[in-house]
Amino acid sequence: MASSTAKIFTDPIFRNNPIAVQVLGICSSLAVTSNLKTTMVMALAVVVVLGLSNFSLSIIRNYIPSSIRIIVEMTIIASLVIIADQFIKAYFFEISKQLSVFVGLIITNCILMGRAEAFAIKNPPFQSLLDGLGNGAGYGLVLIVVGTIRELVGAGKLLGIQVLPLATDGGWYTPNGLFLLAPSAFFLIGLIIWGVQLIIAKGVKA
Amino acid sequence: MPDVNSRKFTFIVSLVLSVVCSVLVSAAAVSLKPIQDKNRELDRQRNVLAAAGLLGENTDIEEAFRDISVLAVNVTDGSYEKETGFDTEFFKDFKALSTASSTSVRLTKEQDIAGIASISKEQPVYVVMKDGKPDKIILHVYGSGLWSTMYGFLALEGDGETVAGLTFYDQKETPGLGGEVDNPNWKAQWVGKEVYGEDGRLKLGVGNGKVDPSNPDAKHLVDSLSGASMTSRGVNGLVRFWLGENGYGKFLSKIESEGFNG
Repeated sequence: MASSTAKIFTDPIFRNNPIAVQVLGICSSLAVTSNLKTTMVMALAVVVVLGLSNFSLSIIRNYIPSSIRIIVEMTIIASLVIIADQFIKAYFFEISKQLSVFVGLIITNCILMGRAEAFAIKNPPFQSLLDGLGNGAGYGLVLIVVGTIRELVGAGKLLGIQVLPLATDGGWYTPNGLFLLAPSAFFLIGLIIWGVQLIIAKGVKA
Repeated sequence: MPDVNSRKFTFIVSLVLSVVCSVLVSAAAVSLKPIQDKNRELDRQRNVLAAAGLLGENTDIEEAFRDISVLAVNVTDGSYEKETGFDTEFFKDFKALSTASSTSVRLTKEQDIAGIASISKEQPVYVVMKDGKPDKIILHVYGSGLWSTMYGFLALEGDGETVAGLTFYDQKETPGLGGEVDNPNWKAQWVGKEVYGEDGRLKLGVGNGKVDPSNPDAKHLVDSLSGASMTSRGVNGLVRFWLGENGYGKFLSKIESEGFNG
């Protein structure tokens, strides 16, 4: 039991990663990964919201009438997202300016609805919480990998600190502006999906 | 355990859920609002200081702001009045002030080179005093870019004829292209540009492509942003609008001719 409970948390981080394997939540990962700091805040917000939404849905799962099941899920997710958005605006103001609408759009992030429907609605609270946190972490991991590459190649920076001296400031590095635009995330996530699927297909049993 | 799928139970669940969720959401919104407002105000003040070139690494913003006077400038006749706190009020009710017929001026198509349709009659201006004379005059400016309205501050030297800096505190132009209005190197080009030509006409603006230093107007023009013609045109429009007759022009010529008494 102990190992299977742990697996609920660890599985979605790699073997059943929401982005790379379930192919959920792609839209927001394109938009918020142009630099690492916003990426990290976004990943954290998703972990928290996903954990809490799974947890609270699971608590009331036996009282949800099937006719309004989806509405109940949406209401809980939306409320949690608004609260998270308010928190970010209050305590991470600079970052909230860059994230703009995307925190609000966590509501439409397929991972949340997906995990609510696939897991929280039929499993006990603790497992659901773990599933939420695990999937959030899996999403966050991919986001952070993409964010690191994009900021480094696109601007020569990490977390806003110049690591590669720019040619315009007398250094040697000419940034590739394409990496700051959304299409670059398509390529990167595509490569990540390919890589992860390849490893899984090779039969690595976690 | 009642029948979960009965009509009555469905109603009770949705009712309880809506009440609980709305209480949580409003509690978060109400309790965090003061901090958020404070953040927005600090951010604006930071930009005012940045435009005037007064923002150092460890500047205490509230401290630095104590030496700055806030003016409520009437753009229709150039009259002005010192009014501490006017800026806070102005930004809080920005939309209402800029569009209500009693407090705003509607712009005709020819006047509206910044693409903003109507503006509040009273606009906030910050003045940094030094030895009893204005050292920096910081104007609130905004106008349409490609995707968004760009909001910023344009700082002039005390003589009102030389640019001291330009910053944008809110814009949603394409990152990497139009978003380069936030690029420090590009913003640095504005510093020291002369607003008026020999004949007193407004000359400041964004040029076409890279400005040739041999161009007689080079001291009035900055390079346009590559890959962002619409944003560059927007910045040109908003700078020329706000310095012109329908913007702060009357105010600037008033303090030019009568001197500043604040």
